[in-house]
Amino acid sequence: MTAVTAPELNVASARSAANSMRRSARYRRYITNGFAAVLGVVLMIWTLLPIYNIVMVSLESHNDVFSNRLWPEYPSVAGYGVVLHQGHWYLEYFWHQYGNSIYVGVAVTFLTLLISSLTSFSIGRMRLKHGWLLTNTALLTYVIPQSFLAIPFYRIMQNYGLTNNLWSVIAAMVTFATPYAIFIFQNYGASIPMELDESARIDGASPLQIYYKIYLPLMAPALVAVGTYALLLAWNEYLYQFLLLSDKRSMTVPVALAQFLNSDEAPWNYMMATAIIYAIPPVAAYYAFRQKMTGGLTMGGVKG
Amino acid sequence: MDATQVIETGRGRAETRPRRRTWRGGLQGSEYTWALAFVVPYIAVFIAFVAYPVIFGLWLGSDPHLYAELWDDPVYQMTAVNTIIYLVVGVNVKMFLALLLSGFFMRPGWWVKGMLMIYVLPWAVPALPTFISIHWMLNSDYGFINNALYDLFHMDGPAWLDERWLAMGSVILSYIWKNMPFWTVILLAGRMAIPEDIREAAKIDGCTGIKSFTMITFPMLANLYLVCTLLSTIFTIGDFNTSTFVSGGGPAFSTYVLATLGIRDAFDLAQPRLGVAAVMTALPLIIPLVIILMRKLRTAQVQL
Repeated sequence: MTAVTAPELNVASARSAANSMRRSARYRRYITNGFAAVLGVVLMIWTLLPIYNIVMVSLESHNDVFSNRLWPEYPSVAGYGVVLHQGHWYLEYFWHQYGNSIYVGVAVTFLTLLISSLTSFSIGRMRLKHGWLLTNTALLTYVIPQSFLAIPFYRIMQNYGLTNNLWSVIAAMVTFATPYAIFIFQNYGASIPMELDESARIDGASPLQIYYKIYLPLMAPALVAVGTYALLLAWNEYLYQFLLLSDKRSMTVPVALAQFLNSDEAPWNYMMATAIIYAIPPVAAYYAFRQKMTGGLTMGGVKG
Repeated sequence: MDATQVIETGRGRAETRPRRRTWRGGLQGSEYTWALAFVVPYIAVFIAFVAYPVIFGLWLGSDPHLYAELWDDPVYQMTAVNTIIYLVVGVNVKMFLALLLSGFFMRPGWWVKGMLMIYVLPWAVPALPTFISIHWMLNSDYGFINNALYDLFHMDGPAWLDERWLAMGSVILSYIWKNMPFWTVILLAGRMAIPEDIREAAKIDGCTGIKSFTMITFPMLANLYLVCTLLSTIFTIGDFNTSTFVSGGGPAFSTYVLATLGIRDAFDLAQPRLGVAAVMTALPLIIPLVIILMRKLRTAQVQL
């Protein structure tokens, strides 16, 4: 008897143990899921609060701004109309300044891609002698905090006669974007087989042709990633644009935006509407190129 | 090329590189001239906009009396303390939370992916509008935070920006809000690069939960985490926007950091030499960081 029941008992107890284990595993899963949901909600509130505040203030009237409401009494998009029609003296040159921002962004993107792809082609593919020296200086530039160079940079731009000139900002941004670009291009270029260059070379292609017809097309993913990076860098930068551009007509949008803060009674609703119109292109660019940019993201993204 | 981007630092990887790394027979004839011509633009940018400002800056800050003058300035003393707190607390809390949150975003499910899209918004939106928004949220009379505190708990919130430590805390939280998403994405990419079978094997051996994190995930991410922390520290030393727009350096100049103090001395007080000297005092901190980073980054591999 006992010889028969003992195993049965064991099976039963094992089964119940397994059941209770499964049950406790299920409870644990409920608990972790519940915890994850709570964390998710907290995280979303934390993330969206300042952005919610921008949207809310941009929809307010002047009286709402100086009230204690959490949502405007009569939300309206009138603030955006004022910005788009340049209907406030702070916004006199809004479209002109927006154009300046675009001009700077496009020029920085183009020059960064051109200069750094040429450099990394020469160093990485053609193996220019002592090229590693350049790679190292580029890396070193990458780790200099930008704002630390601002003071001498400003003086030098005066020497070059470029104050209040968009090209001074473009020069600064290209300077800070190229090291990272060279770094990415060199690393990415290492994955392209040398044999491609070789066969073109045997067919008599000049280095310029190899660069243009082989290197650049194969580098397309890296070019997109770095291009987006350079565009966002130029678009989002403030300090250099603020120091180098003081004339209302040569200003870019961020500088103009910060000007609002100079008065005590800042028109917060117009300011926030301007901020949203200014923030749309980079957010759109980010989501459009997100997949490609994950790479560009990896090292340094938008720096300071 | 996988869209998921990984940066791997350190050893390994060498065997996956293509074997041949140079053009056969080296550069020949006019090719050498081409190679040189390709690096000229970058060298020109480097000399005009990096080497010249750096040397000029070193010369501006070369007078020892400047440092005595700085040391006697109570604002500088507060700034130095702020900068250290900002770096130690801000960077480390941000990186550690980013590490934990990257684990959260590893969870399966569409809603986690959706949340990640929203979570990266602070990074995608330009810094300036959001910091101005946070500044306004913290306004003691009309700001969102105190309005919400009153509506929810019928309590009067403090004047966030009128007290040194509250203001400094606000600056640090704003900094974390802005920069945490970026580093979370990087660490997420790092986590995704850990082969699933390692964790599977460990799971069979009974290594789950916290143990799996401390025994597998963290050791495998340690190098990446270190590089990210160093890089982030350097970027943060040069961070100008957060303190400028969230607290404006106030109350009574008590929340300046070195980057903003340098600009204030140089432009508001019209003492560029003093400004340069202020930022130069960060060099003893920056130089060791840069040396370690240069070693790590030189061997870094970026995969697009």
